[in-house]
Amino acid sequence: MIPLNHYLLVSGLLLALGMAGVVLRRNTLVILMSIEMMLNAANLAVVAFSRFNHHIDGQILVFFILAIAAAEVAVGLAMIVALSRLRRWVGTNEVATLKT
Amino acid sequence: MDLQRALFWIFSLVMLASGLLVITRRRAVDSAIFLIQLFLCTAGLFLLLEAFFLAVVQVLVYAGAVVVLFLFVIMLLEPDPTTESRFPRIAVFGSAALAAALGLAFLLLLRKPVILPDAPVEALQGDLQAVLKPLFTHNLLPFELTALIILSAMIGVVLLSKQDLNKP
Repeated sequence: MIPLNHYLLVSGLLLALGMAGVVLRRNTLVILMSIEMMLNAANLAVVAFSRFNHHIDGQILVFFILAIAAAEVAVGLAMIVALSRLRRWVGTNEVATLKT
Repeated sequence: MDLQRALFWIFSLVMLASGLLVITRRRAVDSAIFLIQLFLCTAGLFLLLEAFFLAVVQVLVYAGAVVVLFLFVIMLLEPDPTTESRFPRIAVFGSAALAAALGLAFLLLLRKPVILPDAPVEALQGDLQAVLKPLFTHNLLPFELTALIILSAMIGVVLLSKQDLNKP
């Protein structure tokens, strides 16, 4: 049986990688992907806790997190597509001003 | 090392490696492909944690819908602009330092085993019935609210994609 700490460590490292991705990249698509990575890390931690606490509520929470994350990605991508009509490339430097 | 430990190591290492590749690839398409790999490894870890329903939902929703949506948008935007130029050095150092600090914090925090309360006697089932039964009885309200959120997200997407807001 793999101890809980191992799962939490993997989840934490994935969170760190996602955070590094958000800070490092200027392409908004990849920033969105890194956010999804962080949500995935949180999902892993919640499922690990659910397994080790013998409580199903964690898995139900993950179900909701998954659904909300998918909806959030859809809206974020729609925003990127709308932005791409104004600027040729949607990078963080190009959309840094409030003026269009 | 039995099969469970071997699988855990394989899934975790491949997951972290593909996570690293997601954030470092120049082209957005490459990042999307490695994101699929990451989601599949997470599904594998869910299987090891005996959350069978969630593993399938993870593959279907995340790897099968979210990344496909990403790839559609990458395809819609012109191919050249999704390629980033060289990463600025300050960002590389800053993000590496941030990831190292957070990773180190987790490593230090998780040296001792996490103390859990006493588990109930019956085993936890992770199959379809065990997850969906509370979802439709005890957690029905969040379920319906999530449906509302998805509906509003759909309306938002349709609205955001309109070229001319004056025409219907």
